[in-house]
Amino acid sequence: MSEVAQDVVTEYGLHLADTALILGQRNAEWCGHGPILEEDLALANQALDLIGQARLLYQHVSNLRADGSTEDSLAYFRNAQAFRNYTLVELPHSTALAPTARGDRDYAVTIVRNFLYSALMVLLWQALQSSHDAQLAAIASKSLKEAKYHLAHASDWLIRFGDGTEVSHDKAQAAIDHLIPYTQEFWSESPMVADAHKRLRVADMATLKPPWDATVQSVLQAAGLRFSPASGHVPEGKHGVHSEHLGFVLTDMQSLAREHPGAQW
Amino acid sequence: MSQENQIMKDWPLWEVFVRSKQGIEHKHCGSLHAADAQQAIRMARDVYTRRQEGVSIWVIASAAITASDPEDKDTLFEPAKDKVYRHPSFFVIPDEVGHM
Repeated sequence: MSEVAQDVVTEYGLHLADTALILGQRNAEWCGHGPILEEDLALANQALDLIGQARLLYQHVSNLRADGSTEDSLAYFRNAQAFRNYTLVELPHSTALAPTARGDRDYAVTIVRNFLYSALMVLLWQALQSSHDAQLAAIASKSLKEAKYHLAHASDWLIRFGDGTEVSHDKAQAAIDHLIPYTQEFWSESPMVADAHKRLRVADMATLKPPWDATVQSVLQAAGLRFSPASGHVPEGKHGVHSEHLGFVLTDMQSLAREHPGAQW
Repeated sequence: MSQENQIMKDWPLWEVFVRSKQGIEHKHCGSLHAADAQQAIRMARDVYTRRQEGVSIWVIASAAITASDPEDKDTLFEPAKDKVYRHPSFFVIPDEVGHM
């Protein structure tokens, strides 16, 4: 690890950790509200997988920094601008233009987002398994197994939605049309990501795009859903420029820890 | 809730069997609703193996199980009650055999 510049890797580690944490927090909103009991448990399981990944990454980042930060201080005591997650994962479970966190949740959005993100993470964790940071490589190989399950779960539902009733098909299509543009951020230029990959001796993000496209298109085809190429505004969540939704997610997530700083449980 | 009841009506019930790491046989652990067998396996994974209970899952449509009638309980099982000689407990096991 000594040959890897630590600030680059800590920034990148936060990007991975924040994305996992915020999606875990979002998916945990379904806990107790799932469409059926089995899905309620499945989503809660996946949320805990993601929060577990975030914990390992935060611990790794705070060890590298050696500045007294902890997994809790990183998760609970940073403001929205300091978060480096993809904008995709902070959006509410809804396709409406200006939904609130309290609005009706749309399970199609949940599934499509999990699908688009886990399709990426299966490829990215695979690549990071051979990174020059041994700790990150170990986290990657643990997380890869979880991401593969998340992808299988989401693909299964997406095919059922697309191939199901007219209503389920239309809801799935609307979710895809709504979320696909946000995936542009996976590939948009970023010195932070590019530099980290270079130092970790991991292939550039661009090399993951063709296999990601292939996964997404093959599942959408099996589901009878349309793949609309991404265009329009390119989000900048990974650089700390977020939608208005992240603030609400953080308020929800951080309020307890901030109310009782240093509390143990 | 009414929507959920409708789902439960549409989706068949499945019996779930899980084999634990040390176990030789699959043991019945519960049932769940799912649209088909593959989905039932996936849901069983999330419902019944979250705490490392198993390494293998079987599911079978509950409708495929033929069960004995509880009404026949006395006729079927009572007669075995006084036939203790069917247990091998009257044999003396030689010490060399050890625990059996």
